[in-house]
Amino acid sequence: MAKPRPLPDSIDDTESLLRDGDYLADRSLATTLFLGLKMGRPLFLEGEAGVGKTEIANVLSATTGRRLVRLQCYEGLDVSSAVYEWNYAAQMIEIRMAEATGAGDRERLGNDVFSERFLIKRPLLRALEPDAAGAPVLLIDELDRADEPFEAYLLEVLADFQITIPEIGTISAPEPPVVIITSNRTREIHDALKRRCLYHWVDYPDTRRELDILRLKAPGAEERLSREVVGFVQELRRTDLFKLPGIAETIDWATALTELDKLSLDPETVNDTLGALLKYQDDIARIQGSEAARLLDTVNAELAAADAAG
Amino acid sequence: MSGRGMDGMTERPGEQGRLAHNIVHFGRVLRAAGLPVGPGKVIDATRAVETAGIASREDFYWTLHSVFVNRRDQRELFDQAFHVFWRNPRILERMMSLLLPTARTDGDAEYDPPSRRLLDALFPGRGEGENDEEFGEIVGDAAGTYSRREILQSMDFESMSADEIAEAKAIISRMRLPIMRAPTRRFAPDPRGPRIDMRATLRSALRSGGDTIPLRRSARRRRHPPLVALCDISGSMSRYSRMLLHFLHAVTNDRDRVFTFVFGTRLTNITRYLRHRDVDVALEKVAENVEDWSGGTRIGHCVKTFNVHWSRRVLGQGALVLLISDGLDRDSGEGLEAGIERLHKSCRRLIWLNPLLRYEGFEPKSLGVRAILPHVDEFRTVHNLRSLRDVAQALGRGMPRAEEGHMGRFAGERAAR
Repeated sequence: MAKPRPLPDSIDDTESLLRDGDYLADRSLATTLFLGLKMGRPLFLEGEAGVGKTEIANVLSATTGRRLVRLQCYEGLDVSSAVYEWNYAAQMIEIRMAEATGAGDRERLGNDVFSERFLIKRPLLRALEPDAAGAPVLLIDELDRADEPFEAYLLEVLADFQITIPEIGTISAPEPPVVIITSNRTREIHDALKRRCLYHWVDYPDTRRELDILRLKAPGAEERLSREVVGFVQELRRTDLFKLPGIAETIDWATALTELDKLSLDPETVNDTLGALLKYQDDIARIQGSEAARLLDTVNAELAAADAAG
Repeated sequence: MSGRGMDGMTERPGEQGRLAHNIVHFGRVLRAAGLPVGPGKVIDATRAVETAGIASREDFYWTLHSVFVNRRDQRELFDQAFHVFWRNPRILERMMSLLLPTARTDGDAEYDPPSRRLLDALFPGRGEGENDEEFGEIVGDAAGTYSRREILQSMDFESMSADEIAEAKAIISRMRLPIMRAPTRRFAPDPRGPRIDMRATLRSALRSGGDTIPLRRSARRRRHPPLVALCDISGSMSRYSRMLLHFLHAVTNDRDRVFTFVFGTRLTNITRYLRHRDVDVALEKVAENVEDWSGGTRIGHCVKTFNVHWSRRVLGQGALVLLISDGLDRDSGEGLEAGIERLHKSCRRLIWLNPLLRYEGFEPKSLGVRAILPHVDEFRTVHNLRSLRDVAQALGRGMPRAEEGHMGRFAGERAAR
């Protein structure tokens, strides 16, 4: 990776920054990201699984050389695993020691036991700490998996970028972190939280962009194969499957086919490797066989037409 | 604003004020069209435009988009509003009260007919019979298509007899659903809880001076799982669906995490309308927004739609699903069994409420009923207020998560009845 770059100062700059990190963003995403950085607003990225939401935070952290703090959400996520926790064992020993030495001054002991020495910092608190490389990138991943109480807590943190620990006081960030929130939309996030963020729906890419992404991410694949893979996946997204394949699946599939030394797609290979692309048995059963052959014919016809035209 | 030139909108001194002015009005149009746009959003939008500059039309579009849109389904409305507002001066000129002298154009481009909601927002006083050829025709045409495709019937709640309304409403509005409570992953203080809360323990130890350490305990918090109701509003169910909608309204207002869908030939999410406190207003809104009242039923199709578009969004935390239907399917059960099976496997418990069950001789003969029956956890009747109350009680009983195939239990229940 080249040396860290400063935060971008225009939309074009944002695009090229992401491109340096091997991330091909469309103009709309670059605009939203640029605004988020410039206005100090959290970015709220929603979209189907496997369209590259989390990757944005990784790339941003890598290209700007900032620390990435990641908080994976799950049901029941609470303050002690998201923000901070006290080291109880050490505190207990401290209390016993104080008793043993007879230095039982209650007030001082209280201050000692609840000092930063015994504090275990979790992602949200770590994201507020100053950093020489600039404020860290805070990735709050799959917020829809957390429950409403955590969402409400997050609202408070995102409003002022400060956290109050009753025993110590308020800790606030000298420079607010770059916040990226992702959601797979397994439930709606409350409007109050969305209001504080800039929203972007990350969509499936079009053929041209997906092909560019594939060239970047699966460079081993033959050009012919890449075009067929992208064409096939794009066709698949037009059918009404239970779960449409994302970009991650496209890359997986192309990599798998390359490993099998395939130079182009044939119906049999498609049937055998469909598991890399579709993750529901119903979907696989629907596509396998004649439907796959039909889609493949469509793709080949389109490619032939494009070749003739180009 | 950046120093670069703008295409479509030229930059002159004093222009910024007018642009801000236009953004304010654009925000008002969006709000009237139903997007939640408040003054804060407008300020944000102005700031965003100042930050990003207006190098190109596309950037300007996405800049406003990132601020004004915060749900996927708002994108289309925004798109139309944007193109109408920032592009076509002819429409701007017609915006009577909202008219501004700064409308700009980069050509008289083609555009799709704007949505009805947007039209209403742009022309608030627009009457139906107004001499507005272009739009009048489009709107009329759309309405005509609907009526041809299905029996368009505006549900009239007035036809309920006065006694019936008073009685049913009074009883239903008092109904509470004691939905079973499932353990969550959160803990709350509990003197007899199984887990020791170290944090509380240490704090109280310090308070008492550290001589003894009194243990503080906590236990899992319990909370009711989400409730999802799928209610059949086809012709054969019309006598019951009216009553059930009152019931669902009472339930929706009683607790959070309740989602309600109605279906006939298509699936409609009516959760938002039912959130309205006043049951009359809520049901009126439902009647306005649902277009397939008292038509045929396509259960299989609707369950499939639900599975594809909604199940992952509302069945998240082990939801209870109420399927309210008589199981009489116009498509004779096509695709129904697979759909119900998937539905059953994605929820905690699937409860089927079927008004036909009240007939003693009810036999699962219809194809629809046969397709549904193997995959439901519980099978109950809902034909009067008492049975409705029984349903409420049944939901209160804790029960393990669903398992496939419970035909034995139906037999037992039916025998007991």
